[in-house]
Amino acid sequence: MTAPRTAPRAASRTASRTASARYDTALGWGWGRDRPLASTTRLALYALVLLVFCGPLLAVLTGAFDRTPDPSQMSLIPRQLTLRNFEIAGERGLWTYLRNSLLITGSALLLQVSVTVFAAYALARHRFRGQALALMVILATMMLPEEVIAIPLSLVLGDLPGLGISLRGTLLGMVLPMGGWGFSIFVLSEFMKEIPLELEEAARVDGAGELRIFGQIILPLCKPGLGVVVIFGFNMIWDQYLLPLIVATSPDQYPLTVGLQLMRSVPEVGIGALLAGALVALVPSVIVYLAFQRTFLSGLTTGAVKG
Amino acid sequence: MTAAATGLDPTRSDPGPPPRPPGPVPSVRRVRLRRAVLPWLFLSPALLLFLYFKYLPMAKGINLSFYKVQPFLGDQWVGLDNYARILDEESFRRALGHTVVYAAAQTAGAILVGFVLALLLEGRARHLWFVRSAAFLPVVAAVAVVAEVWRLLYFPGSEGMLNSLLSWFGSDAQRFLDDPDQALGWVIVVGIWKNAPYDMMIVLAGLASIDRQLYESAALDGAGLVRRLRHVTLPALRPVVTILLTLAAIRGMRVFTEVYILTGGGPAGSTDVLMTRIYDLGFRANDLGFASACSVVLFLLTLVLTGGVTWYRRRKELS
Repeated sequence: MTAPRTAPRAASRTASRTASARYDTALGWGWGRDRPLASTTRLALYALVLLVFCGPLLAVLTGAFDRTPDPSQMSLIPRQLTLRNFEIAGERGLWTYLRNSLLITGSALLLQVSVTVFAAYALARHRFRGQALALMVILATMMLPEEVIAIPLSLVLGDLPGLGISLRGTLLGMVLPMGGWGFSIFVLSEFMKEIPLELEEAARVDGAGELRIFGQIILPLCKPGLGVVVIFGFNMIWDQYLLPLIVATSPDQYPLTVGLQLMRSVPEVGIGALLAGALVALVPSVIVYLAFQRTFLSGLTTGAVKG
Repeated sequence: MTAAATGLDPTRSDPGPPPRPPGPVPSVRRVRLRRAVLPWLFLSPALLLFLYFKYLPMAKGINLSFYKVQPFLGDQWVGLDNYARILDEESFRRALGHTVVYAAAQTAGAILVGFVLALLLEGRARHLWFVRSAAFLPVVAAVAVVAEVWRLLYFPGSEGMLNSLLSWFGSDAQRFLDDPDQALGWVIVVGIWKNAPYDMMIVLAGLASIDRQLYESAALDGAGLVRRLRHVTLPALRPVVTILLTLAAIRGMRVFTEVYILTGGGPAGSTDVLMTRIYDLGFRANDLGFASACSVVLFLLTLVLTGGVTWYRRRKELS
């Protein structure tokens, strides 16, 4: 891909610098010191994009540390810095919600990744009777997200068929339904399929058992795929709203996403508490995204093109 | 191996092939049996979880949709009555209309904005990378957070944040989500804001795979920007965009969190979508049979949409 592209580019660069830059993008827009008008327009447009797509999130950052007694005073520039919003939000249960969120996300992610790894391994590295059926059963679950089955799911969680246990109001109730995710099983098995079969066969000849092949050859070789699974799993679980809403039996079991609504307006600090809560809910997703951006984007394109 | 190769450990001789584990050599039949059973063992946690939390609920939902569910009196079989009620009920028909409008407008708006963003931010320069990464943040933010924040931005008074911004451009104060005629539109705007950067990244990946020489030769043939976009860029993006549109439309059909937080379906039901109706019917009115029937209809809609697009793509590939 890169090899044929660099050659003509290098050639055209020697011919004329502007020509090479011109056809480097679909827009072919001029840029540089010799074109002040185009450059200024471009910069203005970039500023607009940043304002539109980051402005609201920046307003959360400012508002969380600002004295903002009512919604009319939200602004990008802080006037009076304070930590009071967090104190009040804490009294309204912010730290309980955060703890719940971390607990749910941690355990659900652990479960989801383990389940995914084993299932993807079976689908990608084995040939067995009923394989097509298993794949179909797993892919079809992507048509059944929480929304579509919300009503009966809440009944099933209230009385697990055949077991007679109720998971309502428990951590397990929020974690188990997220244990299996068709998307991540599919994506990881696509990654695993690309590992050459020779490696596995060589290990088998050396007498390695199934678990050793799995743990010492396949898993280390599909680290990029694992990264995608972990990061997308984190986002998916942190984002949950309807499921915890159904499962929880009292507000002190809410994760952050659901708990935010209880901080909407607090007499002492107005919308300050909600903004503090929103910031706490935003930070983990933003950190994970910024830290693993490359993995995130590679997963985005695999997921979109293949899924 | 490395120690022997570098000669650090002369006492160690070549280990040779590893010894077979002690015990009898496994028979061919046992190996074959293990080959057949082992994959299912690996798959069993996933299948078990899917059975309990996807397929059993689905089956229960379909079953319930034929009953009038009464908590203490016992369920009563009513056949297709619940489905007949769907067609009769005005509020459900309106919600269905809103859902279709929401899914279509949000999908189209997001891809349009995403396409423009991608064109604007394509390139290898470091500052472009920065703007792209920053513009992508709405995608990673939790839906609930996004909706709570936009609820504040849409504060209806003239001093609200968006209203004071609008007043710079000489616009009157809007009532945003409080206005029954406009509320759905403002909810759609939030959906576009959240999803456009996602579409942008996918389109960018598509743009990167276009051969630069095509632009150059098209330009040499006298094609202007618009014709280059129409005849070179768009055809190359078509496969990616089709999938993108399908997925977004399906997701739009089952929108819940945004609408529930922003408006709760109000004012006066003007932003009610299928999911907020189902939630109200199931968890507030406790009309589980009817709510289940509505869920089944929602499921069938997404199924038909997926099936239709798959069939269309197959046909196109064949021809």
